Amino acid sequence: MERFKQKHLLGIEELSRDEIDSILDTAIIMKSVLERRIKKVPTLRGITVANLFFEPSTRTLNSFLIAERRLSADTINVSMSFSSVLKGETLLDTARNLEAMRVDMVVIRHSVPCSPHYLAERISASVINAGDGAHEHPTQALLDMLTLREKFGNIEGLKVSIIGDILHSRVARSLTMGLLKEGADVILCGPPTFLPEWFEDYGVKITYDLKEAIVGRDVIYVLRIQMERQDTAFLPSLREYIRYYSVNRDVLNRYARKDVIIMHPGPVNRGVELAPDVADGPWSLILHQVTNGIAVRMAILYLLSGIGSSGGVE
Amino acid sequence: MGNKKLLDRDGVRGLIGSLASDIINRNRKNIENICIIGIRNRGDILAERLANHIYKETGIKPPVGAIDITLYRDDLTTIGPRPLIGPSEIPCSIDNRIVILVDDVLYTGRTVRAALDELVDFGRPLRIELAVLVDRGGRELPICPDYVGIKEEVDKRLNVAVYLEEFDGEEGVVVKKEEYGKV
Repeated sequence: MERFKQKHLLGIEELSRDEIDSILDTAIIMKSVLERRIKKVPTLRGITVANLFFEPSTRTLNSFLIAERRLSADTINVSMSFSSVLKGETLLDTARNLEAMRVDMVVIRHSVPCSPHYLAERISASVINAGDGAHEHPTQALLDMLTLREKFGNIEGLKVSIIGDILHSRVARSLTMGLLKEGADVILCGPPTFLPEWFEDYGVKITYDLKEAIVGRDVIYVLRIQMERQDTAFLPSLREYIRYYSVNRDVLNRYARKDVIIMHPGPVNRGVELAPDVADGPWSLILHQVTNGIAVRMAILYLLSGIGSSGGVE
Repeated sequence: MGNKKLLDRDGVRGLIGSLASDIINRNRKNIENICIIGIRNRGDILAERLANHIYKETGIKPPVGAIDITLYRDDLTTIGPRPLIGPSEIPCSIDNRIVILVDDVLYTGRTVRAALDELVDFGRPLRIELAVLVDRGGRELPICPDYVGIKEEVDKRLNVAVYLEEFDGEEGVVVKKEEYGKV
């Protein structure tokens, strides 16, 4: 297989299937590092990674931090509340200042779609997208694909349904593209306000009927309902959403395969999109997803570090 | 200058047999405390073969492992696209064990340095001994093997290639005129 030659991880859209496979292969090795007595390797010594989080996040930020430290990189965090962003500094100013401090890689989460792309064109450091608005969340999609590959051996031909607020979900967008590149069969399901018809253009089937998204599927991927969308035109009634789209034991018993797998990007709104006993039940791979997040992020940091300002030029 | 064959199939097998005998002689009282760990790729194959020899001669088969040293390389700040990494599989606790570290060719010593750093992250062996099929000279670090199959000073512009059936489908050692590192 060809060596990985991307300098940035901006989205799943920019990756080929071979590149996705390289990341997943590398992540499997990184996961074995996490099982050693000394869970740390010296690979990124001397490399500094800045985590720019302009949106609240604990899970993703901590996952990146652990990944960086397991590889012996130095880390700095810039979060919204502490940074000069509040003083009116622009994103580009912030990034250029970090670069002047000789930062080699930048992990960025920002509410504006394509802000990682904007940065990547303007600074010499490698840029990793940790979520840009409703656009992409590539590391989440990759950790989900790693979890599927571990469980099933192969993603090709898997029948996966993604259920929830598809329209506002960067997870759904990145995961759908990744699964399609790997040859999976994808159904998107949610209420019409969350699932415009143009999603069919991705090459997936869409349905508004939960039953259709569950019968015969290998994997049910439940998205988080963003509660702040309550009382908007998108989500007029939470009770109605729960009634028609909540994945609970009853629905699974009636329609799902016995060996169905449940996934969720976390944190779960228990009793809303997912019933508590389903989230914690034998179907659930949610905690595997969390462990795999560290492994996938280690793999990405390692692979990108060879190409950016941190590595040599070929 | 063309390629020069250093060893053929029988030559390779003979050397592995004598390496195994040397390991047994030196550790005769501690065979059950030995663990053999090969450096990928090919060191792991040699490790397996050494363990089989030791089993034939002593009735004890030492546990066999493999390490991939990529994450411990000292040239990661200079090379371009990252090498793909293979798994490291350590079969048992190496605390207080005698670890025989195995590689096919010993050259600068940098691979062995990386392997030593990685090994001690897995535990604290009683001691580590180094076994190599070919010592081609040219050391850049103070590393000295305990067991050597064949020692041959080879010009640094040349490459020493080891072929093993399990990995390459053929067997032998060849000095090639391709520059080191470019094959």
